[in-house]
Amino acid sequence: MQRDREVKPGKKGRLAARLKGWSGPPGPFRPEFWRSPLRGPWLTSVLGLILLVGITLVAITGLVSYAAYEPRLPGNDTTPGRGLLGFYLFDWPTDPVWLYRVTQGAHVVGGLTLVPILLAKLWSVIPKLFSWPPARSVAEAVERASLLLLVGGAVFQFVTGILNIQLFYVFPFSFYPAHFYGAWIFLAAFAVHVVIKLPRVIRTLRTYGLRDYLRLSVADTRPEPPDPDGLVATDPAPPTMSRRGLLAFAGGGSLVMFGLSVGQCVDGPLRRTALLAPHGRHYGTGPNDFQVNKTAASLGVTPDRTGESWRLALVGPHRMEFSREDLLAMPLYTYALPIACVEGWSTVQTWTGVRLADLARLAGTRAGSTGVTARSLQRGGYFGQASLSAAQVADPRSLLALRVNGADLSLDHGYPARVIVPNAPGVHNTKWVRELDFTQERS
Amino acid sequence: MNGRGRWARTYGAPPWHLLVLALCFLVAGYAATRVVEVGIWPGFLVWFVGAVILHDLVLFPLYSAADSAARSATAHTRRRGRTAARRRPRPTGRRPAPINYLRVPTAFSGLLLLVWSPLILRGAEPNYRAAVGLSTIPYLNRWILVTLVLFAASALLYVLRRLAAGRVGR
Repeated sequence: MQRDREVKPGKKGRLAARLKGWSGPPGPFRPEFWRSPLRGPWLTSVLGLILLVGITLVAITGLVSYAAYEPRLPGNDTTPGRGLLGFYLFDWPTDPVWLYRVTQGAHVVGGLTLVPILLAKLWSVIPKLFSWPPARSVAEAVERASLLLLVGGAVFQFVTGILNIQLFYVFPFSFYPAHFYGAWIFLAAFAVHVVIKLPRVIRTLRTYGLRDYLRLSVADTRPEPPDPDGLVATDPAPPTMSRRGLLAFAGGGSLVMFGLSVGQCVDGPLRRTALLAPHGRHYGTGPNDFQVNKTAASLGVTPDRTGESWRLALVGPHRMEFSREDLLAMPLYTYALPIACVEGWSTVQTWTGVRLADLARLAGTRAGSTGVTARSLQRGGYFGQASLSAAQVADPRSLLALRVNGADLSLDHGYPARVIVPNAPGVHNTKWVRELDFTQERS
Repeated sequence: MNGRGRWARTYGAPPWHLLVLALCFLVAGYAATRVVEVGIWPGFLVWFVGAVILHDLVLFPLYSAADSAARSATAHTRRRGRTAARRRPRPTGRRPAPINYLRVPTAFSGLLLLVWSPLILRGAEPNYRAAVGLSTIPYLNRWILVTLVLFAASALLYVLRRLAAGRVGR
């Protein structure tokens, strides 16, 4: 404050003049700080194009997964305040049975694969974060504000997704609303960034060609011609890597991420290749030795609650109760169906059980007219109940499974009975079912 | 002066630029109201801004500092190596620069640690054990194994390239 009073009108003018001539704070705010000879519009354009394809794939599969959760059915909604953002929701089909397995595997493994490309892209444009003056026009100031949403959104989405698949819930919010609303903030900024920059990308690649720069070895690598955005170094260091070397570096990183995690989406010996993925683990060779996602013990499901005293309650126009023996005496059907988790892993197993459609009829409902809400014995945790649509109940492959691969379900896989529905996300295949409620109304 | 010129001078870009950015802020702003409505906005905001800081002001400076340290270290040993070789005429074949054979395996190993640290460093152990029924213990060894393979492959490739370059030079 003291200083303000000291500045006399005459000095103010001189200060402004000095500020005008000032080339900004030192260090990263000076162009000569950034010395990599590889940075430039060509490199950023190539990385941007790869990300455009990759992020589009991850975004679409993510939005598809949200629809697969059928949030319009009672009790399924993890984001009741979504408002207009659920505008595209559609009825999730039961065919093809592998659809969710593929889309969610692509979402998670695709996201992991993009991490090195995203890091390379952010590296390629980092001088712009420090460009001085911060904005030369109103347009630039507005655009830079949107870049905060773009970079913040991208890192936020990748970080929350990556922590969630490792069950490392350190974030101070529920994953579902944060990742869903975060996605819309990110996608808004991403779409606009593409609209603004794509013409530039096309122009750059047309001018310099895609292959010309790729041909150059380290010794022949020179900085790109000076660009208006200041990506190209004004005082370049000698190159230690060619442009194709840098792209191979980022691509190699992607390959490492992909190769060590994709195994959790396939069955058989290849699953063991998922050395660094949460669900590439080997359980053994028995009929129940496949991926568990929430053990019985962690959700308070103990053998005394699933033994002789267990009954399945059907709620509908007729109320009925069944013991496990009653269910085993009914017509049983066997189908090989995938179980595919939102965390990206999946596996196909052979399930045997009673058709949900048969149980719906016993509860007194007309075939194909109502959905069902399955309630579990589990205590606490998410998805202690899940609702299925009428179409899902009507599919003949939708079962209340009692056995898997010819053996009784193990406690961790949902003994005495669990739901299995073709193409449904894993959490909708309710384990330890105690009640099937056919009095559902769509919200 | 026509309207277009005046607009360009005051705003600095064509009108469609402002229009698409306004749409961006509209959609993002609407999503933000949903975050407020669900009551998680303080944590969300901290993590969102934290994400930018984490990358731009923590991760990037750390890896660039590590990279320039490695670069000056390898440049140093190369120079020393050359004088130690008693000014033997350099082979004309291009000898590979050692920096990338160090840079690539280090970066890949660091990337794997960065992404999978909750499993490797076992922060996720309680939740993981409750969900999966197994321990996270094996992940540290797996990461070390992958790291060793990466460095071994890189070293092998370096030796092979150097030998090949030496042969061309002779």
